[in-house]
Amino acid sequence: MTTGTTTGTETGTTPSDTILAVERLSVDFQIAGEWTPAVKDVSFSVAKGEVVALVGESGSGKSVSSMSVLGLLGPNARRRGSIRFGGTELLGLDEEALRAIRGRRIAMIFQEPMTALNPVYTIGEQIVEAIQCHEPVPAAEARARTLELLKKVGIPEPERRMHSYPHQLSGGQRQRAMIAMAVSGSPEVIIADEPTTALDVTVQAEILELLRRLREDLGSAVVIITHDMGVVADLADRVVVMREGQVVEEAPVTRLFSDPRHEYTRKLLSAVPRQQPGEEPEADAGDAGGSTTLRVADLEVEYPGRLGRKGFKAVHGVSVTIEKGKVLGLVGESGSGKSTIGRAIVGLVRASAGSIEICGQDVTSLKPKELRGLRRKYSMVFQDPGSSLNPRLSIGDSIAAPMIVNRYADRRAVQQRVLDLLDQVELPTGWADRFPHELSGGQRQRVGIARALALDPELLIADEPTSALDVSVQATVLRLFQDLQDRLGFSCLFISHDLGVVELLSHDVAVLQHGRLVESGPARDVLRDPRTDYTRRLIAAAPVPDPVEQAERRRLWREMAG
Amino acid sequence: MATAPESVAQALPDTPSRANGGRKPFFKRMLANRRTSVAGAFLLLIVVVAVLAPLIAPHDYRDIVGKPLTSGGTLGIDDFGRDVLSRLIIGLRTSLGVAVSAVLVAGVIGVALGLVAGYVGRWVSTIIMRGIDVLLSFPPIVLAIAVVAILGPALVNVVLVIGVLYIPRFTRIVYSQVLSIRSMEYVEASKIMGTRPADILAKTILPNVSAPIIVQLSLSVSFAIQMEAGLSFLGLGAQPPLPSLGTMVGAGRDFLEVQPTLLIYPSVLIILVVLALNVFGDGMRDLLDPRHRGKNS
Repeated sequence: MTTGTTTGTETGTTPSDTILAVERLSVDFQIAGEWTPAVKDVSFSVAKGEVVALVGESGSGKSVSSMSVLGLLGPNARRRGSIRFGGTELLGLDEEALRAIRGRRIAMIFQEPMTALNPVYTIGEQIVEAIQCHEPVPAAEARARTLELLKKVGIPEPERRMHSYPHQLSGGQRQRAMIAMAVSGSPEVIIADEPTTALDVTVQAEILELLRRLREDLGSAVVIITHDMGVVADLADRVVVMREGQVVEEAPVTRLFSDPRHEYTRKLLSAVPRQQPGEEPEADAGDAGGSTTLRVADLEVEYPGRLGRKGFKAVHGVSVTIEKGKVLGLVGESGSGKSTIGRAIVGLVRASAGSIEICGQDVTSLKPKELRGLRRKYSMVFQDPGSSLNPRLSIGDSIAAPMIVNRYADRRAVQQRVLDLLDQVELPTGWADRFPHELSGGQRQRVGIARALALDPELLIADEPTSALDVSVQATVLRLFQDLQDRLGFSCLFISHDLGVVELLSHDVAVLQHGRLVESGPARDVLRDPRTDYTRRLIAAAPVPDPVEQAERRRLWREMAG
Repeated sequence: MATAPESVAQALPDTPSRANGGRKPFFKRMLANRRTSVAGAFLLLIVVVAVLAPLIAPHDYRDIVGKPLTSGGTLGIDDFGRDVLSRLIIGLRTSLGVAVSAVLVAGVIGVALGLVAGYVGRWVSTIIMRGIDVLLSFPPIVLAIAVVAILGPALVNVVLVIGVLYIPRFTRIVYSQVLSIRSMEYVEASKIMGTRPADILAKTILPNVSAPIIVQLSLSVSFAIQMEAGLSFLGLGAQPPLPSLGTMVGAGRDFLEVQPTLLIYPSVLIILVVLALNVFGDGMRDLLDPRHRGKNS
């Protein structure tokens, strides 16, 4: 096994085991006539039946490294070094020879199964095509094999599902179908690029379990590319940590987590939001006699159907309250209605029944004029740093907007407040005249927080404010958020799918499933000692960045699933 | 990639993602872009000539100044003995005036309809967009001929016809853009902070859909010049002796063999104006977008 120069070498395999060996691979991209390096001198190897995780943040070159194995990079890429598969050198191999390897001996699973599957063919047709593309078998046999594959990847009612189009399947089932297609040629290596990033945790747990089973059944090696240390701890045998196109550390999974040697690995691991046992968000006794900032009672939200068709009820009779200065974490999977509740509170969607009281006033019954005064009391932080700021406004103007709309102060006072706010979110005050596209995702999220705090709100709705960020950036933004909440004492509804984040920030937690409140209470009670099955499943499904603890969780999860 | 990669190593406070260049004043940036500034300068010249036409033209466009179809004056004498240069200048004024007014009519009405249809949605958008479909289903030239034939051949009728015919171009573009932008989080942020819907439309959404509108404006002016030329060529637009570029092409056609310049001069002028409008429109779109700053200049 060969490793990069910066790597702590640890020999776990002998050369005869090695199925895929990447040596001193460099990839450059030609951008506007200049060659920009994306991957520099990367070496790693994969043994038969081994699961190797490539981890790193966006831009670390982990996807580029793996895509270059199959020559999928496009004409503006230049590769140097060596990629050996079995006895064959893949670099410089012609398209014809590569095609014999692609799919059949090395298969690929992508992040977003909706775009990786062709929407105009049924799942069955696509898998049959994949089979016949590598082996000239009769149609009937190919169909029989497809059925077999769908059963193997755990798609319920495979006979019926064969004739389904991708949009008729759930995200998890689409990914299963994608995997079925990938393993149709019994590949020796499966490359999975963020295969579970687009999925809910409970579905993620099932897909990871499936990958593990396939590895055992087929003996395929798996290269999994991920940014999630929990996924690494769950599945990988060996880990390659990448940063800025280089390998910084390579180690067996238990060693990497128990004794990370490179500084960057340590930072990456400590950035994963996790509540250390014994640490609790302080239950500030200071304002014990505090009032209630938000009281939502029997909230129902129904999205109207089209042309007389029945509408879709997203929220069924949910009641939550937030005391002054407290953070309520709202958790649930996609489609559980958690975002809808946040949007109903700020008035982006209409509540069809129930009441929403902010600082004692029911916003559902207020007229637009009466609502004006109340607007200062609440604001929202959004999820997507790409679209939460108006690209036409400088960030100073974006932050000033709520103050100007609500006639907060005169122009000069507003300017001063903008600078103060930039300072509070730890951005240079000189950046007020910059535009959003000049900022990174984390910096934009800071601007979003500054805008939300502009009017000194009593209540902040934060809808997945960090889920689009890299883990280390997420850690700094969360820390900032926690600081501000401590200092300014606003109440907050924190909406997230990430239990680790919620546990870190929230005093109380409410768990939602299919628009209904499943469980709620103090964070430590709900997350440490859940009373309902659903919460228990949710917690068991969330992988933790610790291989030993994760193995235990996995066992628990299997018991529950079985 | 506009964003800087963020990693653990980049300790806070975050380092600036780019050097402080590329924030030059608007006109400096425009001058730095040669194609746009050449087209802009030409258009400026054209507009000045069109506005001041009666003062600039060496002769009255109706006056007989020489022997027909000879090379007197700067650009020759036409079949009635009138000065071609003077008629070109006045013709330019007519054509540009009709085209610009027609496009302004179309732009104002079309953009407003598109904004409302896209933002309000529901039955309002159904009514507006179906109405637009009806407009689109008419063959434009046939409709123009019919309307002008009924209302009579007057320039103001030509303006109205072209204006109404070009409404769908603006409405459709704006509508589709608004649909994608109204669900952007920054629009929702504006709603939450209590901005009035009219202000959201005018101050938040309109600037973000302006790029295709600007391109469409310059394209439409050039199409309108051509359409006016076509209608005038058919005798439905400017009435003699008032020249427009289109009537001049029509008249010049008859003397192609005797004096081809009668056809060539107005044709070349149409081509130049249309070309300049297109180049200028493209350049403006880039210059007005903060995301393009510091790139092309």
